[in-house]
Amino acid sequence: MKTVVLMGDPNVGKSVLFSRLTGLDVIASNYPGTTVDYSKGKIALGQQTTEIIDAPGTYSLEPTNRAEEVAVSLLDKADVIVNVIDATSLERCLLLTVQLLERRKPVIIALNMWDEAQHLGIHINVHDLEGLLQVPVVPTVAITGEGIKELVGRLDEARVSERPKLGGEEQIWTEVGHIVRKVQTMAHRHHSFADRLTDATVKPVTGLFAAAVILSALFWLIRVVGEGLIRYGFEPLFNLYRIPITALSDWLGPGFLHNVLVGTLIEGKVDYVQSMGILTTGLFVPFGMVLPYIIAFYVALALLEDTGYLPRLATVTDNVFHRLGMHGHGIIPVLLGLGCNVPGVLSARTLETRKQRFIAATLVSVTIPCMAQSAMIFGVLGHYGAGFILLVYGTLTAVFVLLGLLLNSTTRGECPELFLDIPPYRRPSPRAVTKKTWMRVRWFLAEAVPFLFVGVLVVNILNAIGVTDHLARHMSPFMTVWFGLPGAAVPALLAGFLRKDLAVGMLVPLGLTPQQLTIAVTVLALYFPCVATFAVLLKELGVRDMLKAATIMLLTALIVGGFLRIVLMGVWGGAP
Amino acid sequence: MNTIFLVELQQGEEATIVALHGGCGFQHRLRSVGLKEGKTLRMVARHPLAGPLVVEVEGRQITIGRGMVQKITVTRGQ
Repeated sequence: MKTVVLMGDPNVGKSVLFSRLTGLDVIASNYPGTTVDYSKGKIALGQQTTEIIDAPGTYSLEPTNRAEEVAVSLLDKADVIVNVIDATSLERCLLLTVQLLERRKPVIIALNMWDEAQHLGIHINVHDLEGLLQVPVVPTVAITGEGIKELVGRLDEARVSERPKLGGEEQIWTEVGHIVRKVQTMAHRHHSFADRLTDATVKPVTGLFAAAVILSALFWLIRVVGEGLIRYGFEPLFNLYRIPITALSDWLGPGFLHNVLVGTLIEGKVDYVQSMGILTTGLFVPFGMVLPYIIAFYVALALLEDTGYLPRLATVTDNVFHRLGMHGHGIIPVLLGLGCNVPGVLSARTLETRKQRFIAATLVSVTIPCMAQSAMIFGVLGHYGAGFILLVYGTLTAVFVLLGLLLNSTTRGECPELFLDIPPYRRPSPRAVTKKTWMRVRWFLAEAVPFLFVGVLVVNILNAIGVTDHLARHMSPFMTVWFGLPGAAVPALLAGFLRKDLAVGMLVPLGLTPQQLTIAVTVLALYFPCVATFAVLLKELGVRDMLKAATIMLLTALIVGGFLRIVLMGVWGGAP
Repeated sequence: MNTIFLVELQQGEEATIVALHGGCGFQHRLRSVGLKEGKTLRMVARHPLAGPLVVEVEGRQITIGRGMVQKITVTRGQ
């Protein structure tokens, strides 16, 4: 089977092209470094099946971070290279092109963002470019699909360029300069009002103001959309669902099967949060409480990503993040982590040094609550007013900053400066936003629902064989003294290892005071990541750093939980 | 014409890159985003407290740290 690898600079549209070619869905965004690992797909070309690989972006064949290393290592697999270049910045893309040509592999070039180049008054003579590079060049607009057919049709025209090899990078740049001068003409552009407005979003004062406005607007959007979906969509659905589930409960009668499927009846009725059955709580937590906010969050994130605002946000927050041992790009793991910690930790790959990656991955997994957890926190603390919710998030933010400062001064290693390519603002396409949201929601469903079922099942089995009581009794003195929580909260903390949203739900039947709930959800957020995050942490950091991170988590949870207990309940107060 | 360090350029001013000082890796990274000798750039923003700068080259903006900017020399004007 032939293997075709898509290679190119970051943010030139490789992933969009990949999904156009293969019909597969991959996440694409308007900021450099969205793709940190490669995706594979297959297409049928004539009689043959061809494998297509979407590589992470790289500016050259000398990698500067781990994502770029992945890209360069894929070269060996390639039978044909599709070099995707950005027609709006031809010159800098050609360095990689020339380096690829010198590898003496068959290459075909997709001159992407062709429409945008024309819009900007950039004209490129494709015929001459083909002549100079000695490989086929096809103008494409991956977003709309323009030129894709031609690209596929000409794949087998890809050939090994016979250009003489140049000595080093210096010479390649001189050559690139010659090529660009021969094939490209540029109309002069004036600095327009729109340019001034976009400049304002990277300037210090106006930029921070814009960031505050944009982020508040997005969080407001998430709340409104999430609540709206619950009120008008999921709540009525679950009200209807009460009829069959009550019938099932009556039909089953009391017993273990009833406990596992329907759960315990609260005051003679099914309670979606407290009953703890697979068909009640196991469905209600993911669909009735978490999913609406997941949808809302990912719509907001897609808008943020596809407009191209994120690199600007990274620029204006660089000052803060630098003091925490990362640089402005650290905002990306944080934002992705607010949706789900797994992609958050993965995106730390785009940071250059091990120190930065360690700090980013640790901070995300310790202090950033994922949307599933946040939705549950809103759900259980919401009745007691915004104060307690603010206290939880305020505490997590404070821990983020303090821990960042601490890790920055104690972790050995370099913390290089921010160096970031800012793409132009683009209008997000509703189709792309919908598709991306759907992909991420689908991922959540595939990941969350099975784990919740398993979680509910495990909790029921542990209840039935008495482990829960045993644990609660033995851990009770410690929990009461240190966190001001009853021993019965221990199973919830343990369940947090499977799913944090389930764990928050398990706190509800305990009848905690709002102060205790606040402490419990904060500790739950800090003490340990869920098993999925744990797995990627292990993969990304290695065993030693993972153990370090885990120690930090446990210590942080103990210290912060104990501190909150003293602040909220006094030293002796509270515990029942 | 006076050669100055890029870091001295004020917001809104334009300049032409004269030379990149510093190691190979450094020069490589700058050139790969279009910051090369002879190119004209515009200082878009300067962040306080030794924060990053934003420059525009050929219609594309690039955020770049203070330390790196101290290794680029330019002359004012196009």
